[in-house]
Amino acid sequence: MNKDMVILIAEDDAGHFQLIKKNLWLTCVDNDILQFKNGQEILDFLLKTNGETDPEKLKKYILLLDIRLPQVDGVEVLMKIKADDRLRKIPVIMLTTTSETDMIKQCYNLECSYYIVKPIDYHGFMEAVQSLGEFLSLEGMRLPCLSENQN
Amino acid sequence: MTKDSIILVGDNDPSHFELIKKNLSRAGVSNEILHFTDGQKILDFLFKASEEPEQGPASQKYLLLLDICLGKVDGVEVLTRIKQDEKLKKVPVIILAGSDEPDIIEKCHNLGCSTYIVKPPEDRDFEKTVQKIGRFLSVVEITSIE
Repeated sequence: MNKDMVILIAEDDAGHFQLIKKNLWLTCVDNDILQFKNGQEILDFLLKTNGETDPEKLKKYILLLDIRLPQVDGVEVLMKIKADDRLRKIPVIMLTTTSETDMIKQCYNLECSYYIVKPIDYHGFMEAVQSLGEFLSLEGMRLPCLSENQN
Repeated sequence: MTKDSIILVGDNDPSHFELIKKNLSRAGVSNEILHFTDGQKILDFLFKASEEPEQGPASQKYLLLLDICLGKVDGVEVLTRIKQDEKLKKVPVIILAGSDEPDIIEKCHNLGCSTYIVKPPEDRDFEKTVQKIGRFLSVVEITSIE
């Protein structure tokens, strides 16, 4: 149903990225997964996408966003996405080691969809990503289209 | 989601509510689950909670599973009012609805639902869907409304 969903992962830790990708692949095999190593890269990509006028080229995106990122951090990325009329529809799932209560609150105030703290142990992390993958690949999941006008 | 978080379910079909409750539990979710059949009652509940002083229900964490078709006030209106409120907007809202109308789906995304999921027509599939939602919720952190 959501074969056209592209999963964007903003993660600067190569080991974490591989682990996330591998475990998402078990459930989201049909989807493209793109990695961004810093906050500026993801913003550049999204702003370029936002300028796209050909609806055929507009995909359905979902963003997994770490907080500690070089150049522009995850909170700033979230803020910029949610301040844009079109990009704000992209579901942003925070996936981070930061577990401070204030940070969780701040991200929900900035309208992240969900906040997931990376489990410290390897197996816990794998299981968490698989649960996320199974959720994202639900048959009934309906993602927003960037191409459609606002209601 | 910590054990003290409360899951609110807005669904006017009692059999759907039972299915949701049973399968969240099968997925290992042991949180308190409250059932609402009409949209006004959800709003009354949440607005009352947000007005309570600290240490009261406002320090509580809530997550809402919301159908569109509800008594009195429908799900779209409930979502609108929650996301317009400075405190309540932090409550993640998962739309779990019978409706597969693109206009409604788009509207809910614009209003800021976290996810829109169409209820599978077959009970067996619906059960699996709820179990996957439950396992996902187990790894999600939410925040209090204060």
